[in-house]
Amino acid sequence: MRVHVVSTGAANLASVLAGLRRAGAEPGLVVGADDVLQAERLVLPGVGAFGAAATSLQAAGLWSALQERLNAGRPTLGICLGLQLWAEGSEESPGVAGLGVLPGLAKRLPTGVRVPQLGWNWVEPGRNCQLLQPGYASYANSYALREAPEGWAAAWTTHGEPFIAAVERGAQLACQFHPELSGPWGQALLTRWLGAR
Amino acid sequence: MLTRRVIPCLDVRDGRVVKGVRFQGLRDAGDPVEQAARYEAQGADELVILDVSATDEGRATAIRTVEAVRAVLGIPLTVGGGVREVEDARRLLEAGADKVSTNTAAVRRPALLAELAERFGRQCVVLALDAAARLEGGGWEVVVRAGKERTGQDAIAWAVEATTLGAGEILLTSWDRDGTGLGYDLPLTSAIAQAVTVPVIASGGAASAAHLAAALHAGADAVLAATIFHDGHTTVGAVKDALAALGLELRR
Repeated sequence: MRVHVVSTGAANLASVLAGLRRAGAEPGLVVGADDVLQAERLVLPGVGAFGAAATSLQAAGLWSALQERLNAGRPTLGICLGLQLWAEGSEESPGVAGLGVLPGLAKRLPTGVRVPQLGWNWVEPGRNCQLLQPGYASYANSYALREAPEGWAAAWTTHGEPFIAAVERGAQLACQFHPELSGPWGQALLTRWLGAR
Repeated sequence: MLTRRVIPCLDVRDGRVVKGVRFQGLRDAGDPVEQAARYEAQGADELVILDVSATDEGRATAIRTVEAVRAVLGIPLTVGGGVREVEDARRLLEAGADKVSTNTAAVRRPALLAELAERFGRQCVVLALDAAARLEGGGWEVVVRAGKERTGQDAIAWAVEATTLGAGEILLTSWDRDGTGLGYDLPLTSAIAQAVTVPVIASGGAASAAHLAAALHAGADAVLAATIFHDGHTTVGAVKDALAALGLELRR
């Protein structure tokens, strides 16, 4: 299956492409806003800083197309910073607006635990989750959403305090962890998303 | 709860895994792609590839190795060796690394850490800190150039400075223990883990699961080992079973 991947100009793109290939997809890169609007399936990966990623997506002319696509419920996967960009903003870059599809702000992980959170942590899906299943996922983050957004099924992880591991609604899925780096568990999740309607 | 990580390390030169004590007497130890896949299947939480090539040609080969490993590897991959500029890191990340580590170059020019963090985010930036006990007066000093040069710089102060600048993780290698099989330097591991708030990976000297457990109990978030896994004496899975039996939280 053909999948379009947004290049946010930062790292980790090769891992995302390789993970999608292992899950049976044929990934290609988004060239412009038309791809964002028309792609059968779209992936918004992301590492790096919230503000820089938002600026880069705006400069590439993709911002309003992403909002339109997400609001229309089209099949889309956000990964790590890709999830945070769906929110209204982040403590990491005060004053920079997110896509605003998910209510709330990404907040810094609490003090008293290692930050960034690097490694494997347990994902506990809420009752309404269809795609997300319990298991260990691979994380690399310093910020996360802390409250379940209304209208979405949420999964939770705890690092010092509970945070949003992932949210899903139909064929829209956004993960704070990296499914492409979460071994067979992550690959199975990618496969389920590729088949989700 | 965030689990502790067990991380096999592959020293790679000219597209092959090599092994040797303190980078001396290197001998061929196999195909990196095959070993990466095997370690993931055994339950490795992450993989580190250290490019020990000394030439530009070797560096170019390392990029192809990273690409080939990435195609089969579904766990995080850190690559180090020869990262002197943002551009060096970009090439490795584009080839499929998830994190890059830098060592001597960051000691020579600490601003490199800030540049890497600004471009790729600090979760992507690993400081490889090689430390040795001072010959006089106690404490540990930073060593560079694969152990050839003692800098006199305090290892704990450098760890703190590096994380302030942009390092999101510390890969701490005891130069006194590396390759000896005597176990990790526990006082060093503990001192660095207490001084910083980013994750610390202990490295250098492991010969048994008991050594790994000791480093984790001393405060390391993860343990890196090469030799114990390479010769097939034990597997990552067997080591993780042993650590779990000691009450450590692991992904299994």
